[in-house]
Parts: sequence; structure tokens; C-alpha cells
Amino acid sequence: MSIEDYETVIGLEVHAELSTKTKIFCKCPTKFGANPNTQVCPICMAMPGTLPVLNEKVVEYAVKAGITTNCEIERDSKNDRKNYFYPDLPKAYQISQYDRPLCKHGNIEITVDGEKKKIGITRIHIEEDAGKLNHDDFGQGSLVDLNRAGVPLIEIVSEPDMRSSAEVDAYLKKLKSILEYIEVSDCKMQEGSFRADVNVSVRKKGDTEFGTRTEMKNMNSFRSIVRAIEYERVRQIEIIENGGKIEQETLRWDDVSGRTFSMRDKEDAQDYRYFPDPDLVAIRLSDEYIQNIKDNLPELPESRKQRYLDDYKLTQKEADGLTASKYLSNLFEEATKISNNPKAVCNWIMSDISRILNEREMEPSDIKFTGKNLAELIELIEKGTISSSIAKKVLEKMFDDAKEPEEIIKENGWIQISDEGAIKEVVMKILEANPQSVADYKAGKDRALGFLVGQAMKETKGKANPQMLNQMFKEELNK
Amino acid sequence: MEVKKEELLHIAKLARLKLQDDEIEKYLLNLQDILNFANIVNKAPIDGLKETVRERDAYNVFRKDEIEVFDNIDGMIKNFPDEQDNMIRVPKVVQ
Amino acid sequence: MNIIDLTVHELQEKLKNKEITISEINKAYIDRINEKEKDVQAFITLTTDEALEKAKSIEEKVNSGEIKGDLAGIPIGIKDNMCIEGVKTTCASKMLENFVAPYNATVIEKINSENMISLGKTNMDEFAMGSSTETSYFKKTKNPWDLSKVPGGSSGGSAAAVSANMVPWALGSDTGGSIRQPAGCCGVVGLKPTYGLVSRFGLVAYASSLDQIGTFTKDVQDTALLLNIIAGHDEKDSTSANIEKKDYTKCLKNDVKGLKIAVPKEFFAEGINPEVKSTLEKAIEKYKELGAVVEEVSLDIANYALAAYYIIACAEASSNLGRFDGIRYGHRSEKFNNLRDIYINSRSEGFGDEVKRRIILGTYVLSSGYYDAFYKKGQQVRTLVKNEFDKVFAEYDVILTPTAPTTAFKIGEKSDNPLEMYLSDICTVSVNIAGLPGLSLPCGIDSNGMPVGMQLIGKRFDEETILNTGYTYEQATKFRDNYKPEFKN
Repeated sequence: MSIEDYETVIGLEVHAELSTKTKIFCKCPTKFGANPNTQVCPICMAMPGTLPVLNEKVVEYAVKAGITTNCEIERDSKNDRKNYFYPDLPKAYQISQYDRPLCKHGNIEITVDGEKKKIGITRIHIEEDAGKLNHDDFGQGSLVDLNRAGVPLIEIVSEPDMRSSAEVDAYLKKLKSILEYIEVSDCKMQEGSFRADVNVSVRKKGDTEFGTRTEMKNMNSFRSIVRAIEYERVRQIEIIENGGKIEQETLRWDDVSGRTFSMRDKEDAQDYRYFPDPDLVAIRLSDEYIQNIKDNLPELPESRKQRYLDDYKLTQKEADGLTASKYLSNLFEEATKISNNPKAVCNWIMSDISRILNEREMEPSDIKFTGKNLAELIELIEKGTISSSIAKKVLEKMFDDAKEPEEIIKENGWIQISDEGAIKEVVMKILEANPQSVADYKAGKDRALGFLVGQAMKETKGKANPQMLNQMFKEELNK
Repeated sequence: MEVKKEELLHIAKLARLKLQDDEIEKYLLNLQDILNFANIVNKAPIDGLKETVRERDAYNVFRKDEIEVFDNIDGMIKNFPDEQDNMIRVPKVVQ
Repeated sequence: MNIIDLTVHELQEKLKNKEITISEINKAYIDRINEKEKDVQAFITLTTDEALEKAKSIEEKVNSGEIKGDLAGIPIGIKDNMCIEGVKTTCASKMLENFVAPYNATVIEKINSENMISLGKTNMDEFAMGSSTETSYFKKTKNPWDLSKVPGGSSGGSAAAVSANMVPWALGSDTGGSIRQPAGCCGVVGLKPTYGLVSRFGLVAYASSLDQIGTFTKDVQDTALLLNIIAGHDEKDSTSANIEKKDYTKCLKNDVKGLKIAVPKEFFAEGINPEVKSTLEKAIEKYKELGAVVEEVSLDIANYALAAYYIIACAEASSNLGRFDGIRYGHRSEKFNNLRDIYINSRSEGFGDEVKRRIILGTYVLSSGYYDAFYKKGQQVRTLVKNEFDKVFAEYDVILTPTAPTTAFKIGEKSDNPLEMYLSDICTVSVNIAGLPGLSLPCGIDSNGMPVGMQLIGKRFDEETILNTGYTYEQATKFRDNYKPEFKN
């Protein structure tokens, strides 16, 4: 048999940090990047005698996530303790939810290669994040920072409904975009606020039983997840083809070597001894509470997409691209309030802005400039104040700090030269310096014109109005 | 219901406790005694009764999402058995 | 007049009449501690030096009118499982030998806002696990009535300190009888309030669903006074009850005419010492004389409750005590090569025998395969116990039982037999299992001169009725006038 005879089965457990101001069970701030152990208190440090009190926003956000992923909301829910020892887990138990998660039986729809498919969501529950272990560069130890301990999470568990890394990619992007739209998580993957445990198994096509699965924990980049799945399915198929058996285990994906490693600690047969947390009371949600959340949901990507198709006449691909990120979509909405050229706004976002985000490994939410700034930039091109090549430089600067495009142009002396006299001066200078190109042009080589315009742009550091240059060169050469 | 030695050792390991050889017998005996006694819960007339987790049937005790900064972090750090750069130092954790 | 013999309400009178000063009161108690501590060993940490200074400054502020409040300057003892910022909180464990609490428990905030003065942290069974205060890592507290006997437990230090007049009153905690049983052993008044009446924030948890802070006092009037201070809703404790604040001194009517008292016959059956039984029977006669309607009822839950108690309490404890892992605070073993060693060695060295035993039992009943057979059944028994109590309370106002099956036993007598030790809690645990209030007060002495405790159990949040029931008996019998601890050797 060959690799084509196998089918890959993938299920995901996504952890998203909720963007509440305070932690789930105490009043400490949740801001990312603070100095170690400065956002802690006796409660999240698990000092003896402390008790948790549940943050109301955590329940609200989880219910929002449940509603927008078509889940049933559990009217009677509770918190349970999951007991295990680890230095990043101060209480030696994580407060989570075991048999009564807040949300269950949902689904989200993805589109891969034009095909629509529903991916089931088993459950969404609330729990607390653990702290962070930093490496000590000099000594042999690890250093525990508990700023993140107690930051609220929702865990979104999918059904094993995905069959390819492309489906996983689409599911994750869709989920991320939903959570961003409803503003329950900023989903910054680099900061670990959106991460996934990936369960992979393979089986022969046509089999109804699932194969034994392996789990890769805490993956926080789309690219790694796709690579890891591809690697893992091939590894599993090879084992089976060679007559071996897959062992159910936890693996670690190593991005550098591009392979998975076993993380198994044979000494630790896990038994989490879940039981209801006696320090917390039950959660009981009324129909009014749930309806109220439903009534106040922000516009979701699907509805925005339709609007873009109808109102702005964008293509399906453009609308998909823009709405994939709430931040990019918001940028578009802001800019089109001012600019009457939605196509141009869309082009800038989908090409140059996306390119810079990629190059700089930034998230759309990191963008400092506003939609208004983007609209202004486009207007400056349209008015002829700057060329589009200068505009690209301005955009780069806009990523650096939040200044108005006009200010950037002024500071850098990038205003386009549209004065006829000045242009003529440059044109004459370039013609004089390049007799060969002049001769080439006259001999019928049109390409020489491009070279001359290029030289003139170089001379003016890109500031000359390209249309005027073109026209004036033609005039002079054809004399 | 008989508790086996391996079971006791497994439980001790889960609880991160080490029992000395001379303690094992004693703990085994104690545990067996107590469990035999505790086993009367299985004879109690409790068919169909719900489980009570806590005495108060309270619901929805929530806190507002408002920041309050704790002002004695030093008091906690002073208790760290091994401190470095405001963090707790532990033996290297194999990731 | 001897200051240390006075109750707090008597001290208040004398302060008001300017017959004594705050400094004199504190000095008198500190002198008494200095005299008796070597025999009784009630304290783990003494803060008497700070207390004297505090007394002076409070006295000045009271005199200048800056501080009002009629408990200002009154000394108190605090069980060493409640956090006081800047003071060691050890839970009588090697694990926390050097732990200095970075914050105040809610009850401590309340005590502080009344300007009361803590004289020290009292001894207890390690992590409140025990019925004799013998499992303390630091010392064995002696019963002031007979120094060869235990003071009961786990709040034995608080009970003995009040009994020996080393403090006028003290705070304790009660998970299965840890206030009432030592109060009974030491001839003082002990109240375990309804679960949820007093905030648990800052009380080092043993079993979260059962733990409750309560009082040790010389008489019932003082119980009401101290309960007024510590009771009340706390937003830091999700299980704290949001009910209207009461003045518990107002319920002390010295009248039980027509009060319906139930006496469950199962609590007087086998296992109850005959002298305890006969002493209680006299108390019952007294209540009848006072006009109460006393009737025998059946309440066959004690054994189920005790079994459920050890399952639930140990299960919760096994999880609550996970945080004592040698990582962030507390004992860290010096013997380690890796993380696993830190956990195992720190915990094995830091915890005593009884704590380990309960952690193991608790881990066992929660582990896969046993959860349904034990933990789940335990929670159902809890419902049963609650229902049975409710049935009795549908017809009666108060339930009367012995506090413990025996008077205080000899030090060392039961330390080798955990199950027998657990049976000391047979009369008290069901009250915790049902979350009810329970008051223990002395009702006589046995032939060895040891006090016998009577337990009055009330309806949920009806502390008033049991306080009045106890008060009326106390006024009629004057136990404190007739008997005093003699520090017998």
C-alpha cells in the first residue's frame, strides 16, 4: 500500500487567552510582557489560605465564543480541579471544567478549495493558564515567572473531523478570526495567546475505526502546525507500513530539525483526579443572560464578507482575505469611510500591508496606524503629491511609528516634483549623460525610454512625477 | 476491598510522597483499616440522592473585571526558597 | 480582682468605668503566658513584645478619642493556620516552619479594625489534622485540667490558652470538630458557626467544603461578642454567605421556656463513656427544669457522616496540600538532583505522619477506579445527612448531644491508632457535613475532674437559638464559678 491509501484524522484543542483586564480568579492585571513576577498576588501565587473568585467577564466571553461557534450553552456548569505537579502550576491543581463545560456540541464551517465543510466542536470550557518557565542562561536551572498564572483561557476542543493540514489551517484561521471579531481574545500567536494541541492519527481509507493518535502540545504558528501534521502523518504511515504499531503519546515538534520527538515520562502515569472545586460555587445561566449576549454580538466575518461583495464589489477572494482578520477588516472599514476608492484600499491591505506584516513577523493587531492614515496615503497618491513607489516607503515608516503620512513625507522631503521647469532640468541632464540610450531609442529600441526614466527617478530620489517624466522624455527624444 | 502494596506505592507517587520501607507496612494497614470503615458509605441508604459538593446551594458568585494591584509582592518573594531575578529557581525542567 | 479571670464583657465594663487600663489587661495576660506557657505549651509563636507596644499606643489613642470601639486593646489568641501579615504562619508543620504570611486573613483584618491585639499564634494539629494537637511538629500542648492529658484538637492550643487564662478568648477552626471537641476537653465555650458565616479567606485550607473559623471563649456572652466581629459576607470568599449582619448579643434572653430540644438516642449509644452520658443526662434534666421541651429522637447518621467526612476531607486535603511542594515557599529539601526530587523529598520531609496518611487516603479515593465507590458516595451521604438533620429540625429548635464520646484522654493514648483517634470526632463531624452551627459548652466534670462538653446544634444560620440555649444553661449552672483548671501533673 502507499501513502495515498491512508487518510489522516486530526482533532485540535485550541487554547485562547481571554482579553480580560484581570486574571480569572484574582484582580491581577493580565498585560503581556511585564517584568517577571510583577503581576502576581497571594491568590495566583497560591499562597496558603487564598481563595478564588470567578471573573464575570470570563463566563461572558466563553459564552460569546460558544454562541458564535454554534454551541449549546450549558445552563448548569461548574469548575473542577485538575491535580498535577509542575513548577508553573502554583496550586498543584488547575481550575478547569471537567464534565460540565460551559459550551458543547458546536461547529464552524470552513472552505478548502472551494468545498465547504463543517468541523464539529465538542466543547468549550474555561480554565486558568499556567506560569512560564524561563531558562537560566548561566546556571543549570529554570526560572519560574508566575505573571501568566491565572490568566483566563478558553479551551476549544474540536471533533476529529479534519482530514488534511489544509483543513486544519482553514479551521484555525476561521476560529482565530471569530474570536478576534467578538473581541474575546487578541489571538496573538507569538505571545502564546492562541495555541493548539494537535491530535493526529492515520487509518486506511474506508476504515471506520480511528487509528491510535499522537498529540503535539502547545503549537503556536500555523506554519509549524501544517509542517508537523505533514511530518507526523508520514511517520505514522511508515510505521504501519513496516508492520509497527503507533503508540499513544505526547510528542514535541521541533521546528529546526523539522521532526517530532517523544516527550514521554514513563514514571508519570497521569491521573488528574478531577473533582468539583469546593472553593467555587456553581454557575447557573439564565435564558435572559444568554439572549442578552446574543443580542449584543458584534458583526461577524460572514456578514461583513457579504457586505463587501455587495457594496464594494470586491471579489470573493478579496472579501475572504480582508475578513480573515478582524484587524485588517476594521482597517478597511475605517479607510473606506474616508476614501472613495475601496479597491485601492483593499489592494494596499492585501498586498503591501500583508507583505510588511509577514516580513516583520507582526500580527495585524500590532499595526499602529489607523484606517484614516491609510486613506490619506491613498489620497496623496491620487492627488499626485507622491508616487506609488514613494507611498510604499511612507507605508514602511507608518509601521515604525504612528505618524500621519503627510508628516512622514515632509520630514523626508518626499513630496513629488511636479514642477515642469524642474522636471525639464532633470530630463535634459539625463539625456546629456546618456547619449547611447538616446541613440538606442532613436534606433527604435523603446526599452531605452524606461532606462532613462529610471535614471531620472534615481536622480530625484524617486520624487519626480513619473507621468510627467515619461511625457517630457518622449517629447525631447521625438524632437 | 483490599489495598495492595503496589497500589499504595502508586498513590504515594501520585501524591509526590516517598514512603520508607518500614513505613509501607504501617501505612498499608492504616489505609486498609480506614477504608474498611469508610466503606460503610456503600451501605448507606443513598439511592437516588444527589451529590452535595458544598453546603450552600449558591450560584454565580462573580467578581467584576477590575484591576487591583497587590502591594506586598516582596513579602511573597522573601518566601522563595531559591530566588534569582525576582523569579523562583528550580532544577532545569526538561521540555 | 484578678484580671485574667475576667471575661471580655467583664473587662469591657471595667475599662468603661476606668477601673483598669488596656496596658494592664495586656500585661496581666502576658505575665500569665510567661508563667504557664512552659507547662501548657499552647503557643507556636508569641508576639507579646509587639503586643505590649501596641497596647500602649492603642491606649493613648483611646484616651485621646482617636479610637472608639469597645473591643480596642482586648488581647486574643489566633490559631496558627490563619495568616497574619509579617508573622509566621506554620500550621504546626515543618513544611511551613519559616513561612511568613504576606497578607492578612479576612478575620485578622476584622480583628485589626477593632484594634484588638493578638498575643500569639496557637498550637494545633499539623494542618488541623488530628483530635489531640499531638501531630504538631513543634510541641505537644497539655490540657490545663490535667497536664498528662491532651487538650483535644485540632485547635488544642487555642482551647488550652483560653482555659488556662493565657488569653481571654481565641480563634480556632473547625473541620470535623476541631473547635468543639477541644473546647469540650478544656472546659471552655467553643462555637463552630454555620458554613459560610465567617470568611475562610486567609485560613490555610484543610478541607475547603467543611472548614469554618470559630471562637473559643470563657462564656457564651463573649462568644456572641466575638462572633459579631468575625461574621459577615466577604467578597474574597465565594462560599461566604451574603446575609444580613446580626447582633448576636441581642439573642441572649436567659429563657428556654417552650424551646424544643431533640436528643438523638444514637448519640448516647455504645461508644459513649457512661460518665459523659450521665453528665449530659443531668444537663437534660436541667433544661427540663428551665422549661424546655426535651424529647428523644432518632438520628442514625453518625457513622455514615464520619465515613463521609474522612473521604471528603482527605480528598480535598490531598488537593489543597499540593501547593506545599517546595517550589515557591516552605520547606525545600536540600537533597535533590532534579525537579522530581524536590517534590518528593520536600513533601516527605516536610509533612508529618498523619498528614501523609490523609493525603494518601485522599489521593486514593479520588484516583480513577475509586472515585465512584468512595468520593461520589461520600457526597451522596452528605445529602443524606443534611436531609436527616432537616427532618429533625422540622420539629425541633435545637439538637443536644455530647461533644465527644469521652473526656480528654492521655497524651500518647491514641496516637498509634488513627481509626480510634478518628472516632473522637463521631459526635461533631455530622454538623460539618451538614454545614450547621454547633456550640460546645462545659456541663460538668467526670470523676477524674475532667470537663464534659455538651454540644448544641442549630439550624443553618440560626446561631442565635443555640447561643441563647447555651447562655440560659450557663446562667443557671455557673460552671466557671464551680470548676477551674488545676494544672494537675
